[in-house]
Amino acid sequence: MQSRFQQGVDQIARLGRKGCDVMEALGRAGLFLAQSAVGVPSREGWYLWLRQMHFVGVLSLAIVLVSGLFIGMVLALQGYTILVDFGAEQALGQMVALSLLRELAPVVAALLFAGRAGSALTAEIGLMKATEQLTSMEMIGVDPLRRVIAPRLWAGFVALPILTVGFGVVGIWGGYLVGVEWLGVFEGSYWSNMQASVSFVSDVGNGIIKSLVFAVVVTWIAVFQGYDLVPTSEGISRATTRTVVYSSLAVLGLDFVLTAVMFGGL
Amino acid sequence: MKRSKTMEFGVGLFMLAGIVGLVFLGLRVSGLSLSAPSETFRLEANFANIGGLKPRARVTMAGVTVGRVESIDLDTEWYDAKVTLRLDNDLEGQLSQDTTAAILTAGLLGEQYIGLSVGGDPAILEDGDTIRDTQSALVLEELIQQFVSNMASN
Amino acid sequence: MTDVPFIEIEDVHFSRGSHEIFRGINMVIPQGKVTAIMGPSGTGKTTLLKLIGGQLTPDRGRIIVDGQDVHRLSRKALFTLRKRMGMLFQSGALFSDLDVFENVAFPLRVHTDLSDVMIRDLVLLKLEAVGLRGARHLTPAELSGGMARRVALARAIALDPELILYDEPFVGQDPISMGVLVQLIKRLNQALELTSVVVSHDIKETLSIADYLYLLADGQVVAEGTPHTLNANQDPRVSQFVHGEPDGPVPFHYPAETLYRDILGQATATRAG
Repeated sequence: MQSRFQQGVDQIARLGRKGCDVMEALGRAGLFLAQSAVGVPSREGWYLWLRQMHFVGVLSLAIVLVSGLFIGMVLALQGYTILVDFGAEQALGQMVALSLLRELAPVVAALLFAGRAGSALTAEIGLMKATEQLTSMEMIGVDPLRRVIAPRLWAGFVALPILTVGFGVVGIWGGYLVGVEWLGVFEGSYWSNMQASVSFVSDVGNGIIKSLVFAVVVTWIAVFQGYDLVPTSEGISRATTRTVVYSSLAVLGLDFVLTAVMFGGL
Repeated sequence: MKRSKTMEFGVGLFMLAGIVGLVFLGLRVSGLSLSAPSETFRLEANFANIGGLKPRARVTMAGVTVGRVESIDLDTEWYDAKVTLRLDNDLEGQLSQDTTAAILTAGLLGEQYIGLSVGGDPAILEDGDTIRDTQSALVLEELIQQFVSNMASN
Repeated sequence: MTDVPFIEIEDVHFSRGSHEIFRGINMVIPQGKVTAIMGPSGTGKTTLLKLIGGQLTPDRGRIIVDGQDVHRLSRKALFTLRKRMGMLFQSGALFSDLDVFENVAFPLRVHTDLSDVMIRDLVLLKLEAVGLRGARHLTPAELSGGMARRVALARAIALDPELILYDEPFVGQDPISMGVLVQLIKRLNQALELTSVVVSHDIKETLSIADYLYLLADGQVVAEGTPHTLNANQDPRVSQFVHGEPDGPVPFHYPAETLYRDILGQATATRAG
């Protein structure tokens, strides 16, 4: 009996310790973001940023565009079979555009970005830490937060919204291909219904705001996991997995919150 | 630091593509127009009930889109809906005073839009005039109520 | 010792979690000499270098480098002090996204306003000193371990520091590159009048270049002296290390129950189960 009780106390104590650990990690991550993201870039900083834009942006473009195309096509196909029952297939354009711009483009692009660029960022920074590159940079008198972390953070912040726009455009075009070219929805009503219902500010704009939030969260998680990991091979592989898991969960959770605020009338 | 031209070019292209994509979303998808506002003119119409009409809904004439709903306000003098329409310029000076405006529905569940039909009055609607002859949206509940009361009285 | 001290370590305590690494160590590292810090693996030799470089802060005690208390400096002053230190990491720690030339040029680019031509000349001179002028276009991935360490050495001396910290420079090297590194460290120390601190557990090589040695064990300095006096030291802990005997005060066996009880205990447990 005594030991049962003792076990319960231990469990609660463990929970408390876990909570403290989580709060401490959050605090560290926040401090980390503040220290690395704030500051005026030098001339060289711009170039470092450009290089990271290439790495996280341009190299993620292919996977994002191909996924966008397929998702647009599937949306049109599924939407058509549902809408045609109500004789409302001319609303296809509206359906495709709204689902893409409000939800799918920001969310799916962010998930792909976490898998493609986020994990690579974690692994790269982790490797730099494991091979003492970050320490040696510090010993040379250069702050790795400014030199290594800042350009990667800012590249992520800028690249994901651009990728999201690309995803949306290609998806709408994919919907057009399937809906209009294949299933025979009237082209005029595909576009005009879309134009009548999509608002630039509240649909396109809110979608981009979502993707900006996701960009900050995903890049932050990826870079922090890389910087904070245990510098061994095992540590790197664990941190890479954590990056993908945490950022996917964060994106989906935040998406609900943002949707509730933006479209749910909260 | 060594610079790579192809990489700089790639990033430049990437950002340019982002801007072009945004323009596409603006013009083609959300139907923003770059044309100057002087190419349209404004009419007003009061409806007893607008149903589910929304700003930016289409205004059609014989099925052809000729403009959009600019805004919908409550007219506090008559307690009905004041709808401001923005119509293509080539219709200015063409619509007679007895033009009717009706709120119609595309398909059974589709969006609502305004249909205009021209009358025969020689007097012409000018910019800012009000269309007198309007037909409100059909509200399903009212139709059913009418139907039921007709049945009862018979 | 009559030399001018460059680094003074006074009663430094340091622990990581509950694990005590240093329990009050005192050292004086003279200017212009090669001082070696030796000890078995896991005695915190690398930690000591990080303490000197100001990357870690001791729990107690202080470290004075050229008259300045490292851990009381502002961030800016610390970075200024670090410009006068070079550190050679165990893995070389070359920046993997830069080639050999840019790696050596890195400290010059960030800390000086020299023209590209000047930087080029300086980098080539430093690379010449380590014999790798011809390898300047290679990337770190294309270098062997010994070459990477030599490039790292060229980078460490790029800003002409007054102090160089070597972290295990001989680990995992074949005899040839080991010989090359020994030669380099000796030559650089004489040519540039550097103060060198070598952390190592390779006895033969270290004894051959060091002017003065400290031996660490159990978080304390257990012996110090010139290579000659240390060789003759009769303390069993010292002689075990210096002569590389497998068993002694540092036991061969990780602490455990006696073999007899371990095996017997298991046997009874199996029978009971």
